[in-house]
Amino acid sequence: MRRVRAALAPYLLVLPGGLWLTVFFAVPLLAMLSLSTQEGNLVEGFRQTFRLQNYVDAVTLHWEPLVRSLLYGLATTAAAIVIGFPLAYWIAFKGGRRKSSYLFLILLPFFVSFVIRTISWKFLLTDEGVLLGPLKDAGVLPQGFHVLATDFAVIAGLTYNFLPFMVLPIYVALERIDPRVIEAAYDLYASRTQAFLRVVFPLALPGVFAGVLMTGVPAASDFVNASVLGGVDNTMIGNVIYNQFRASEYPMGASLSFILMALMLLGIFSYARALGTEDVLEVAAR
Amino acid sequence: MADALRAGGTPAIELTGVVKEYSGHGEVVRAVRGVDLAIEEGEFFSLLGPSGCGKTTTMRMIAGFEEPTRGVVRLHGQDVTDVPPAKRDVNMVFQSYALFPHMSVYENVAFGLRRRGVDRDELDRRVREMLEIVDLAGREKRRPRELSGGQQQRVALARALVNRPRALLLDEPLGALDLKLRQAMQIELKRIQREVGITFVYVTHDQGEALTMSDRIAVMNDGLVEQLAPPREVYERPATRFVAGFIGTSNLFSGVVDRIADGLAVLRPGPGDRVLVPVEGKPAEGDTIDLTVRPEKIVITAEEPGGDVSKVRGTVAEVVYLGTSYSYAVTLGNGAEVTVFQQNAHSSDSSAERGDPVWLSWQPRHSYAMGS
Repeated sequence: MRRVRAALAPYLLVLPGGLWLTVFFAVPLLAMLSLSTQEGNLVEGFRQTFRLQNYVDAVTLHWEPLVRSLLYGLATTAAAIVIGFPLAYWIAFKGGRRKSSYLFLILLPFFVSFVIRTISWKFLLTDEGVLLGPLKDAGVLPQGFHVLATDFAVIAGLTYNFLPFMVLPIYVALERIDPRVIEAAYDLYASRTQAFLRVVFPLALPGVFAGVLMTGVPAASDFVNASVLGGVDNTMIGNVIYNQFRASEYPMGASLSFILMALMLLGIFSYARALGTEDVLEVAAR
Repeated sequence: MADALRAGGTPAIELTGVVKEYSGHGEVVRAVRGVDLAIEEGEFFSLLGPSGCGKTTTMRMIAGFEEPTRGVVRLHGQDVTDVPPAKRDVNMVFQSYALFPHMSVYENVAFGLRRRGVDRDELDRRVREMLEIVDLAGREKRRPRELSGGQQQRVALARALVNRPRALLLDEPLGALDLKLRQAMQIELKRIQREVGITFVYVTHDQGEALTMSDRIAVMNDGLVEQLAPPREVYERPATRFVAGFIGTSNLFSGVVDRIADGLAVLRPGPGDRVLVPVEGKPAEGDTIDLTVRPEKIVITAEEPGGDVSKVRGTVAEVVYLGTSYSYAVTLGNGAEVTVFQQNAHSSDSSAERGDPVWLSWQPRHSYAMGS
């Protein structure tokens, strides 16, 4: 009896999560896949016609926000690395006994709703707001200067919102580096730069990899930042998909979703390939 | 000590009045409280002591990872007190090896040479030669985690030695290995040291390791060097109570000098007892002195021994069979307990039983009077 229970244990452990994902992820995903090749409208109903032309239409009509989303995602990821790596590095190596307090500070904005945070950015950056108003009055900036409704505003908002997802995994990777390994590099004649480039950074790569996944993917498919901080020229694919579903253009929304997903998976796999997945995953597993 | 050595040439490593203090929580911790050392070229030198005695801090100051609060560190006569580790001609073998986990064995060993811009052919030749010496040829492409503890240890050694440093610093390098491997590596380390002829500074808390390999040992305690001498002397003639207790098993006696004759002080711990200790001038009659006797120097007999030997009476409290020897615990008349080792050479050796009254005796030269 005990042996039977022991043999069943792994399956029982997986069961709740497995069921949840099946019902709320796999089934809707298949429904969406089916929807993406259907034809029709809300009044007459949708019929499955296996119309692949939906995908072609989606790309021809919406290639612009699609490309923009990928570029925004890339820019956000790059900015998050540039800002997040030094932050994680400082906390991991110079944080001393206050490490956890600093990490908590990084997470603090998460206690405020995502939408509220983004809207408060709008107040900060608005044309006559607390930031730009005085600068314009003082004549530092021209009257026509604006930040909202620019690429910068959306990317800045995305970076702000997703930064902790970059900092945390990099911090974890750096934290796990044996300080003696870095000392060994110095002992073997490495300069500070060489020790960083040859030892610290390669050992932090699994963290950077995880950070890129957790920042780049949600950033590229985000729509809140573009709709709050962006203008008509800053529409992201998330906004388009959202609008398609609101307008009951389900097949178009669904096919766009799958195109985005495919592009993202493609990007991630080639990225992992370039880094050497096995290595990254192996080092990460230790 | 340092002066005597300097006469024979510039020491490879010289520490003068070195102090290291850490401050934190409003108090100052003195890890090293004033160390003077002169380590000779080509010497196998050990820093031995319990954890927290300052031996690792001392080594890290030689490597350049810690800056002394006061004092001077010289390498081959040159003051390097403020020189960073990357610019010092010494290399270190770290505790738990600190190999670069993301690099192959080859790249680990080549790291130092690459940083120094050694050209490709020479680099390749030297790396392969060194891997040959440490018996790792053919494992160039392995990652450190694919190697056994002993192999990782040898990679760490090769990674340091390939740079031909003028001194190699080893921080408890065998601590993570099991007993058999540790003993094999001790012999291996000594062989490699002889082969490359480099000064080795070896930090350990294992007295057996230090005694086996070293030319000289500095026994450290509480931030100070208690004794600096060759292994034999450290063992046979411990300078302080601490050294006697830390290295091997030791019997400590303390007694009042009854009289002094022919450079021998005579102590009378109990009626009929007599302990003879060679002394050099200082103590007078009536002084109290501490002395040590190693357990294997003591002979245990049923009858009172004759001749000019130290002899004390006692009762066997415990007999422990150790295979190659017996260990006796003998209680003396004054309540002190003495440990005696007796070789298991003849079957009659185990004659003394628990509760037997016995005589313990040893040659006068085996008593050693210590400083405080």
